[in-house]
Formats: sequence, structure tokens, C-alpha cells
Amino acid sequence: MAKLKKLEDFRDEIDQCVKCGGCRAHCPAFGAEKHEGRVARGKIALADSLLRGDVDLEEKFLLDMSQCLLCGSCYAQCPNKVHTEDIVAATRREIANRKGLSTFGKGVGTILKNQGVMNLLAKGGGAFSKLLFKKIPDQSGLRLRFPAPFISSDRTLPPLTAKPFRERVPEMIPGDPDMPTVLFFTGCGINYMYPESGEALLKALKFIGVTVLIPKDQVCCGLPAVSAGAAATVESLAEENLPVFQKNSYDYIVTACASCHSGLTQIYPGMGDEFGDLKEKVKDIFVFLVEHGFTEKLAALPQRDNPIRVTYHDPCHLRNHGITKEPREILKALPQVDYVEMENAGTCCGLGGTYSVYHYDTSKKIGAKKAGFIAESGAELVATDCPGCIMQLQDSINHADEKQRAVHILDLVADVLPE
Amino acid sequence: MFDQNIIAKLQQISGKDQVLTDTADLICYSYDATQKQYRPDVVVHPGSVEEVSQIMQLANETKTPVFPRGAGTGFTGGSVPIAGGIVLGLTRLDKILEIDEENLVATIEPGVVTEDFQKTVEKVGLFYPPDPASLKVSTMGGNVAECAGGPRCVKYGVTKDYIIGLEIVTPTGDIIKTGGPTMKGVVGYDLTKLICGSEGTLAVITKIIVKLLPKPEAKKTMLVLFDSIDGAAQAVSAIIRGKIIPTTLEFLDARTLECVRNATDLDVPDAAHAVLLIEVDGDREFLDKQVQKISQIVQPLGVVETRIAETPAESEALWQIRRSISASLRQVNPDKFNEDICVPRSKVPDMIRKIEQIADKYQIPIVNFGHAGDGNIHVNIMIDGKIPGEEEKAEKAIVEVFEGALELGGTMSGEHGVGIMKAPFISLELSDSVVDYMKTIKRALDPNNILNPGKIFPSDR
Ligand SMILES: Cc1cc2nc3c(=O)[nH]c(=O)nc-3n(C[C@H](O)[C@H](O)[C@H](O)COP(=O)(O)OP(=O)(O)OC[C@H]3O[C@@H](n4cnc5c(N)ncnc54)[C@H](O)[C@@H]3O)c2cc1C
Repeated sequence: MAKLKKLEDFRDEIDQCVKCGGCRAHCPAFGAEKHEGRVARGKIALADSLLRGDVDLEEKFLLDMSQCLLCGSCYAQCPNKVHTEDIVAATRREIANRKGLSTFGKGVGTILKNQGVMNLLAKGGGAFSKLLFKKIPDQSGLRLRFPAPFISSDRTLPPLTAKPFRERVPEMIPGDPDMPTVLFFTGCGINYMYPESGEALLKALKFIGVTVLIPKDQVCCGLPAVSAGAAATVESLAEENLPVFQKNSYDYIVTACASCHSGLTQIYPGMGDEFGDLKEKVKDIFVFLVEHGFTEKLAALPQRDNPIRVTYHDPCHLRNHGITKEPREILKALPQVDYVEMENAGTCCGLGGTYSVYHYDTSKKIGAKKAGFIAESGAELVATDCPGCIMQLQDSINHADEKQRAVHILDLVADVLPE
Repeated sequence: MFDQNIIAKLQQISGKDQVLTDTADLICYSYDATQKQYRPDVVVHPGSVEEVSQIMQLANETKTPVFPRGAGTGFTGGSVPIAGGIVLGLTRLDKILEIDEENLVATIEPGVVTEDFQKTVEKVGLFYPPDPASLKVSTMGGNVAECAGGPRCVKYGVTKDYIIGLEIVTPTGDIIKTGGPTMKGVVGYDLTKLICGSEGTLAVITKIIVKLLPKPEAKKTMLVLFDSIDGAAQAVSAIIRGKIIPTTLEFLDARTLECVRNATDLDVPDAAHAVLLIEVDGDREFLDKQVQKISQIVQPLGVVETRIAETPAESEALWQIRRSISASLRQVNPDKFNEDICVPRSKVPDMIRKIEQIADKYQIPIVNFGHAGDGNIHVNIMIDGKIPGEEEKAEKAIVEVFEGALELGGTMSGEHGVGIMKAPFISLELSDSVVDYMKTIKRALDPNNILNPGKIFPSDR
């Protein structure tokens, strides 16, 4: 049985926080609000008080706990390596446990009083977007917005695809027998919002002769539900995915979504021994490509005239696990790309799972900073490796009245490969 | 029950949003880096000096304790509200008001984060040297109140050496100015210096006038490994006698190196029993020469190895040993008492030996590192607080460490201040008449003892 850790399992980790306050320099939510309850140190003090019975689940408590992007920026800089993102997620589960799922939303003053909506939300990106996003064409005619009562209505969203990625492609695409076989864990972002990026991934793998499995019965990794505190949803999604991992035979699982990568390599292995080998098996697509000679193949392609200036945004869920080199290496090797590094490439975009649903205003503030760095870099495109980031980056750029576009690195890769 | 009228008045002064009374909020402003927790009754974040003044008047009239707070990174409990009352958060006053490039002076508000200020002045080629390790988060108000120091202070001095004027609110609510933007000024008492290091007990700082320097063109880093602490200490004196004042002269003792060796895969040869991390700054063409000269000076003093960084990345690699200490120590024991005694530079080896004896006597690991250039030693007494009796042992050891430092002509605290943590011990260092002199000042300025009561002087508790 897949089981997530309980808050009390984090007792020792909570005690590791020495209240040095170093996290104040790195927390995007704190940067936007400057209130101690926003920052890791405050949240750990609150989680500690909850465990000791010194505080109730009062509104301010829920608000503080909701004000976390689970981005792990604090962990990355913490001298004692305290996983605040895990402690906050566990506290959210504890809240849901004690008061029901909807409380979390209610407490933060949203209209999410309805258990059904909350559960749908917790099911992850796909269900979430299908049911809650309403198509309202603006000038370009291709934008989606959140329904007005749900969230302020000025968010730009990518169009939902009529035909999800996994329905477009066969379950197996054979390659060169000498090359490894990979299972592509698509995630909801690629499946419902950015299917072209999924197709781009297939093109890249085909180019080096890799056999790809795209099982239709895979489901959401559950990371948005982790963010929402919906333990049972995460656990049942993990159990649904388990046979997909077990019954197929392959060498690696590849992801092209930082959140899925994190869900599979960080959350699942803690849920039971049966998920134990995912840490080794799951590879980010660019790590896989670099390890299989893709850089050299790209470098051999003829350079293009008038290259496009491109910068890279580090998704938190890759940066935290040390994956920063490979995406850049691929970008730099692309013949049509003139790579520039932006300042603060590694700071959070502001999406944070369900964070931007509850706190679109703060999320926008965080995004606005990022949009500034992108503009200053002089790039025309900001490329990244996570559909969620792409959505948020584009929204932030639009709000800043800038012209850059946010794309998946894979889209750029596909552009230069032969059909 | 806290007087609800006070809360209502605070709301009138600073606005409802800026007054926090929910339990969750009070928890978040109950601690600093000492990890001691005391809940206030209310937290207020004023947005102007006028608001601060009104809050102080209200507090003085109602005899309500007020605890000024910056980022809460203090190591001695200075901002912790040990008597309940009001936490006065100063982080909204966070503007850099002026950078005067003609006079090399800046005027800032107390909530400005130290590193933000440094980066801003560096953009125009200027330099604010004091660099506490907490600079990414600490506030300038907190730095002034504690007179913070850091590695660069060997060459450049501490916070108070750069503060030439202040705007402050007195405990009774008056707004006054001390000093000013001139490089000289001797009219009346030097109140600016009195407030620097007063730990928020004499006034609330609302504006800071800072003296700046031109930014040095470049810096160069080297790491020298010695076979003994004596060699390292002699090296410090020899370098300074050789008319070189490095920006940084950090040392790690044998026990610290052992921790780093055990906890990391950094290359620390077994033969090394002390390390000096040395940085020089200035015009680029002089740096290579200075580094060469330092190498020559230290060579006869038991050098095991010298590493010189040629690039910023290599320099960062050398700093890794210093930066890895904090995490490495935790592998020795989970809890640490962190003291920051200071002795005359030449007495560092004597002090280390004393500390080693104390560690052996009480059978607890004590590791030392810090700012060798100014004799400021971070003494870390590592214990497991869950084991009964450990804490008491550590407390006894601390007193002996203080006594040892004082015997060598040193002080109990080089930079972290007294707060609540060292208050019980100040009479080890200060005579009764000195304490009386200080308390007379405190009583005169704060007749109702409402501003940060219970700090520095034990009997106020
Ligand atoms: C990891 C770490 C490393 C550190 N390294 C160093 C170091 O290298 N050198 C060093 O000197 N210190 C160091 N410190 C200690 C601490 O950071 C400094 O004392 C710093 O100056 C405190 O600033 P703060 O804004 O956090 O102040 P707080 O902790 O909030 O307050 C400190 C004191 O200042 C008072 N105060 C704050 N603001 C005002 C104001 N506007 N008016 C009046 N009083 C005020 C408070 O009442 C309190 O007494 C370190 C701390 C940590 C956690």
C-alpha cells in the first residue's frame, strides 16, 4: 500500500531547524510578502506548535501553510538541510485529515468551499483544467481563462487540446535494438496542454533510435494533490501508476516535466518499497539525451544564420535535485540558438502547484520578478523543461507587457531534427 | 489578559493590517536564532517614524514592554519578547533613501537588508564593508543595534566604524537626530556610538547615515594548511607585522577540521591541524605580489600546503571548507552553544589550548573557528540536549570559556552581543561601577523600563 508520511514522522526534521532565518533570503513567497509566517522558519515553528498542541487550525495558520510554493528554494540553501516543502505538504495533509479537504481552501479565503471541487482539483492538472477552465477567446482567440469566481480572470492559459497526447500516439514506437527502451511518463501538462512537446520528445528519441513506450493507462503523478494536501488522492494515483511501471519492460522512465520527475523520484520512493527503484530508473529527458550522445549529434548539424536568442529557466523541481547542466547543454548545442544566461535563472516562477490558484496575486508578484529577469537578458525565448513553468512564465510575460515567448526546450529541439 | 485598548490604539496608529494578534502570528514573532521562544501579546509593523513615535508614547504611558525586531537572526535573544507586550517589527522601513556619491555617504532605513544595501552601493562603485555571515537576511537596523562584524572587519572595522548619524525614537517617543552626514563632528556627546551596539535598549533606530568607501578593484583568496594552531596564529601576527592587512583571516582549529573531514569529501590532509583562509583586496596588479609575500612569510611556520585561487570558481572552492562547518558540526552532536569570545590576536593559541582543556575536563566536544585576524573565536560547544545533564555541563564549560577569555585580556562577545543569553554573566566582565554607569544611562532614558527590558542587565528581569 502506498502511504505518505504523516506530520509526526517529521518530528526530528522539525527539530533540525535552528531558526537562523537564512530561508528569508530565498523564499519567493516571503520575498513577495515579508511576513515571517510566509517563510520556512515560521512554518516550521507553526508545524512544531501544531504537533505540541499549542495552536489550533485557525485561519491564520491555514493561510500561512497555504503560502508555500513547495519549491524547495529554502531547502536548497538551508545549512541543516531541512525539507520544509515536505513538512508543509505533511501539515496540509494533517489539516485535511482533521478538518476535511475543503478547509484548506476555505481558510485561505477562497470560494473553494465545495468538497467536490477540491477533490477534482486534487486529481491533478488534467481533470483540473478540463473542468475548471472555461474557453473564453480573447484577441488571439486561443486563450483560456479560469472561471471568474475561481480566480481573477486575467490569467493567460494555453488552449486545451481536443485530442490528448496519449490518444494521438501508439503505445510503442520501436527503435534501434541496440539502443535502450524507455517508458515516457507524459504527465498532464503535456497530455492536455502541450501535446506538441510530447511529439517533439518522440522525434528526438527517434533521432537516436530509442524505443519508446507510451502506456495509455498511466495517470497523473499526483504532485498537485501533494500540494493540496490530498493524501488519499496521491496514494491512489501512485497505486494506479504502479502496475504501469511494473508490467512493462524498459530500461528507463523519462519525463519532460519537472513536477512529474519530482513526483516519481522524490514522493513515490517514500511511499513504499515497491517504488524503491524509481530513483534510479526515472530520468529527465535532457539527462537521458546527454547521456546518450545527443549533444554531439546536435553539434554536428549545420549552424543556422540569424540564431534566436534563448535563455533558460530552472524549474524548481529539477534545480533542487541538481539537474541544471543538461538542459543548458542541449540548448547551447542547438544550431539555431544563441544562448544567454539570465540573472536568477534558478528562482521560482511562482506557480507552485495549487499555490497560484489560492494566491494568484502573490504568484503574479513572484512571476513579475521573473519576467523582469527574462526581459533584461535580451532573449526572445525563455525555454524550460516543465509545462507548469511554461504556463506561468508566459502569463507573467504577458502581464509585464513583454514580447518573449515561453517554450519547452523540446520544441526547439524538434525544429532542427529531420522529419 | 492584554489590554484591548492598546491593540485598538495600535490599529489606529499603523492600520489594522499591520497589527497581528492571532496565535499563529504570535508564534512567528516569538523567536530568533537562539531558538528561545516567548510569545508577544501583539506584533506591529509601523510604516513611518511618526508611527514609531506614537507607538513608543503609547507604550510608555501604558508601561507596555516593546521589543524592536529586525530579521530575528540575533544570536543572543535581543529581539525576543521575554515579557510579552509588543514586538515592534521594523522591516517595512526598508528604503535606501539616498546614495550621495560626492560625499560617499548613504542614508537608509533600518529594515534594509544588509546585502541588498551592499549590492546597491556596489553598483555605483562604492563599498560597505561590514559583512556578518547573516548578511543575506539581517537588517541594517539589527546590524547597528548589535554592532555586527564579519570576516572583512580585520581590515575594514565593524558596523559602528561606518555609522556617522542616526535618526532615533527615544523610549518616551521623541524623534531625535544624532551625528550627521559630515565626516567630523564633535558637538556634544557621541550619541551615535552610544546607540551602536545598544541592542535596542536605548532607542529605536529609524534612519541610518552610513559612510562608504570606494569599492576595491579585485580580491584574491588563498588557503594555508598548518601543522599546528601555533603556526597558524604566528602566521597571523607575521602577516600583519609584514605590513599586509588582509581583508579576511579566518581560521579553523584541529577539531573543526576533523568534523569537516568526517562530514564532507573535501580535501583536508590529516597532517593539517589548523587552516587559515586568507583574502587580500585592492588594485589587481598588487594582489599577486601580496599573495606571494604572504606565502613567503608563512612558509617557515609549519605549512603543510598552500592553495591559491586563480579564478572566482577556485576561490569559491577554497571557501567551501569554511562554509561546510555549520553542517559538519551537526554530525558531531545535534545541539550547539555558540559563543563568540574575542581575545588579543596573539593570544589565540593560548585560548585554543584553554578551550581544549575545558573540553577534556567536561568530556564534551568543543570546536573553534572564526576571525583569527581580530582574535574573535567562535566557540561551539556541541552537545545532545536530549541526554540529561549535558546542558548543565555545557553551561559550566561556557563560564570557564568566558573566564579564560577574560584572563587573557579578552571579552565574552566580539559581535553577537549580550541579550538574554549572556546577561547572567556580564558581571564576570564588567565591574559593578561600570554596570551601574550603564544602568544609570538606561534608567535616565527609559524611566519606565519599557524598551527591550530584561536584555543586557540580568537584574532587570
Ligand atoms: C547564521 C548566522 C550568522 C551570523 N553571523 C554573524 C556575524 O558574522 N557577525 C555578527 O556580528 N553577527 C552574526 N550573526 C548575528 C546576527 O545576524 C546579527 O546580530 C544581526 O546584526 C542581527 O540583525 P537582525 O536584523 O536579525 O536583528 P534582530 O535579531 O531582529 O535584532 C537584534 C537586536 O537588534 C535590535 N534591533 C533590531 N532592529 C532595531 C532597530 N531598528 N532599532 C533598535 N533596535 C533594533 C533588537 O531589539 C535586538 O536587540 C549571525 C546570525 C546567524 C543566524
